[in-house]
Amino acid sequence: MSWLRIFRRRRADEDLRQEMELHLDAEIEENLARGQSPEEARRRAYIKFGNPQQLRERLWRQNSIALAANLGRDLRYAARTLGRTPGFAAMSILVIALGIGANVALFTVVRSVLLKPLPFQDPQRLVRLYEDTLGNTFPFNQNAAGIFAEWQKQSHSFTGMAVSGFAGYNLSGTNGQLPETVQAATFSWNMLPVLGVQPALGRNFAASDDSPSANGTVLLSWSLWKRRFGGSPAVLGQKILLDARPYTVIGVMPSWFAYPYSTVQLWTPASHENTPAQMQMLDDHEFRAVGRLKPGVTLAGAVSELSLITQRIHNAHRDDPFVSASANGRFLLESIVGDIRTPLMILLGATGCVLLIACLNISNLLVARSVSRRRELAIRTALGGSRAELLRQHLTESLLLSAGGGALGVLLAYGLVEWFVSLRQDVPRIDAIHIDGVVLAFTAGLIVLSALFAGLVSAFSSRSDRLLSVLQESSRSYSGGHARTRLRRVLLALEVGLTVVLLIGAGLLLKSYARLRSADLGCATSNVLTMNFSLPTARYDFPAAVHFYQDLLAKVRSYPGIEAAGLVTTLPGDGYGGDNGFAIQGRPPVPQGHGQIALHRWVDPGYFSAIGIPITSGHTFDDNQQLGLATEVIISRALQRQYFPHEDPIGHILLTWGSRPYRVVGVVGDTLFSPGEPVAPMMYFPLYALSSTDRKDFMSGAALAVRSGGDVTRFALPVQKIFQQLDRDLPVSDILTMDQVLGKQTLDASFDATLLLIFALVSLVLAAVGLFGVVSYLAAQRTAEIGVRIALGAQRSQVLALMLSDGLRPALVGLVLGLAASAGVTQLIQSMLYQTRPLDPEIFSAVSVALILVAAAACLIPAWRASRLDPMQALRVE
Amino acid sequence: MTAKRQPDGEMLRGTLDMMVLRTLATGDAHGHTIAKVIERTSDNVLEVEQGSLYPALHRLEERGWLTSYWGASENNRKAKFYRLTPRGRRQLAAQTDRWRQMARAIGRVMGETTLEQGQDS
Repeated sequence: MSWLRIFRRRRADEDLRQEMELHLDAEIEENLARGQSPEEARRRAYIKFGNPQQLRERLWRQNSIALAANLGRDLRYAARTLGRTPGFAAMSILVIALGIGANVALFTVVRSVLLKPLPFQDPQRLVRLYEDTLGNTFPFNQNAAGIFAEWQKQSHSFTGMAVSGFAGYNLSGTNGQLPETVQAATFSWNMLPVLGVQPALGRNFAASDDSPSANGTVLLSWSLWKRRFGGSPAVLGQKILLDARPYTVIGVMPSWFAYPYSTVQLWTPASHENTPAQMQMLDDHEFRAVGRLKPGVTLAGAVSELSLITQRIHNAHRDDPFVSASANGRFLLESIVGDIRTPLMILLGATGCVLLIACLNISNLLVARSVSRRRELAIRTALGGSRAELLRQHLTESLLLSAGGGALGVLLAYGLVEWFVSLRQDVPRIDAIHIDGVVLAFTAGLIVLSALFAGLVSAFSSRSDRLLSVLQESSRSYSGGHARTRLRRVLLALEVGLTVVLLIGAGLLLKSYARLRSADLGCATSNVLTMNFSLPTARYDFPAAVHFYQDLLAKVRSYPGIEAAGLVTTLPGDGYGGDNGFAIQGRPPVPQGHGQIALHRWVDPGYFSAIGIPITSGHTFDDNQQLGLATEVIISRALQRQYFPHEDPIGHILLTWGSRPYRVVGVVGDTLFSPGEPVAPMMYFPLYALSSTDRKDFMSGAALAVRSGGDVTRFALPVQKIFQQLDRDLPVSDILTMDQVLGKQTLDASFDATLLLIFALVSLVLAAVGLFGVVSYLAAQRTAEIGVRIALGAQRSQVLALMLSDGLRPALVGLVLGLAASAGVTQLIQSMLYQTRPLDPEIFSAVSVALILVAAAACLIPAWRASRLDPMQALRVE
Repeated sequence: MTAKRQPDGEMLRGTLDMMVLRTLATGDAHGHTIAKVIERTSDNVLEVEQGSLYPALHRLEERGWLTSYWGASENNRKAKFYRLTPRGRRQLAAQTDRWRQMARAIGRVMGETTLEQGQDS
């Protein structure tokens, strides 16, 4: 039957009126022909026909879809019914709001981050290209500029290819502004055309800008332009100072543009920022390549073409294992969001569980209510209320509840999304997250789904075909065993089961986070303050930079209260920081396709003792490792274990940095480059010395680590003042304690664990409320029975045990179900766990115990109340 | 048969539908004609409350078994004519089959009962 007829019912009514009129006239005519008087003819015709008005009404009803025509009435009725139990209504709306709010918030994030296409032109043809280095050791390695240049020259699969690199500058203050360090990226001139993006203001880099001899040019991000240059178009053509060198502002990017990161504030041309030698290197993987596939070319096809080219280059440089042998590729969107996909999907699954639990709880409450309204429903059925009408009424009620919950949930989601965006700036595409029409449609869908789910479950539990038995049932029902209680128990068991899964997931993530935070970094982490700075090379040449370092350390170390200070290029736990290949003099060459690599760090001689890294043999850098050419290296224990397992490494020569010899003078304890990652071999080079005969080959920036006996944060200001004394125009960034550095590194783990824990606790509360409700209801229903039992001499403790076991049984069934389900589900989060097994027995048993305790507590109150019943009063009930 | 109100059960409604379809199988007709034809062909035994015919007609049209159009009646008045659709024709065949089976079965049951009673007496 078409529901559209509701819109045509007025037409149909008019038709019917005409039809009936014709019919009656014809009948009257016939009667007249039979010789009846006009009055009699008319009377008989009407008698034979029946009541025309009634027929019109009947057809009108027939054409009105019950749901729509009676919606107003049903809504009023439902609102009145709910209004009579405001506590129930408020509780349900809140529960639904939690479920829907969490879902909408997470869906917003998932949609914006994972599902929305990138804001570039034809984004499905954009691919990120990688090198596959060292025979699958680094299958998705960044690009060496030399390899990329060959790709660009030889491949035919792309309409365009471009690279971007990392950069950071000191942006000098003009007009009295403070200097600041800005994150930046370098682009090859054709990056924007490949992405299909135009600057919002001004022009893109020209090919001529992208060369070492060109004048400096820069593109500003929208936010930097607004913040630092007042959003004035006059900035175009102006010169700004980056690392004390002049750059002409040629354009401003649109506000949404954030590539490769949202933290990037300006872009410079890649070939202008790197030496020609750097742009031709085959084994220095510093760049990210993107390509736009030609129409009809598949990713796999393009990658195999690039692999062939790479293989040829590799074969021509067999002596260098770091020249990659093949290529790899991913669609750009996938490459940007890859790491965040699993956690987001898991969180979305968790919120789905929360909503399901919320719905189960609502249907549970509705079932409970329909039980107490059983007689009302039975009477209505007896008076002719059809099943469809009763069902409709159930649905209207649950729709009202979930619509209220949904509206509240959207508000909640709005807050949650804001919070998420402010907290998780590390998530890619975070700037694209906002609630839009699709999200609202999703919310509407959720509301309808929850209403259907909760309404149908409760409706099917109140079967009207048992009408007679309900009406006949004596008001003194001594039996508690109804199908309805069975349904409630099944719902509860499901609820408890889902809760167990969430609890176990949260428990595993929490444990793994705890492991992560307690992971021994290998150095002092408490009372250590750190900050980063970078010396502009235009003003600091080789000895000047070293003098700055030495002056800085001398001043900081002599400041009262500071116990130690040191300089390092990358702090422990603060990331990979870069690596080098190396060889050991006197050893046979490494077999083809293998390479020896170690992370590199540059430190001042006092760094190890300052930050508490033990020197296990040898000593720190000699005094001659200053102001000249570096000839000494200090290695970590991991490097010793891996490459000098049976001999003393001191005195051996490592060949690195273009096969220059470095003598091992010391071995120091291992530090983790990132909590959660295994220890990697590390090489330390002297910060005060040149890495090659080129006098530009020195480190122009470092992190300062300051240690004190007590609260170290109070030294943040004095230390910054020391920087200002040394160089008024030098910005200091990332002033963090070591604990904060670690917090930053483990933010995602703590975030995932916290969110999942919140979801799990909400579920636990919901399940407890459900249990409490069921046992209370059972107790109320069995009041008379309990009264009789007690009157007949049953012990209070027996009654208590009886009621407890009634409530605990579904909880236990749910627990078993949940544990079984968790065993499967936790495999999915394995990739997010650190030193924690998916079937961790501690977590499983802790969750079981906690759940049983909560369930027992929830059941205890109503059960205890039941056992306190005064039998006389109980028997007088009703 | 002068009783105005007939027991309005499922079965009667079903048979009314079937009779309407059967009537229209011989040609298009408007409501009054249909009522008359049913009355006359059943030798005035089945005198339905004529009004109940119209909701039935609209229902059958809604199900796609009939279509309707406005035409001129015998005495040249505007009247709504109903026509059987192919789906309605199939439906009629199915209902007729079912009806025949049922009538045969009921007949058999009733026949046996009267026979037994006859033997007893």
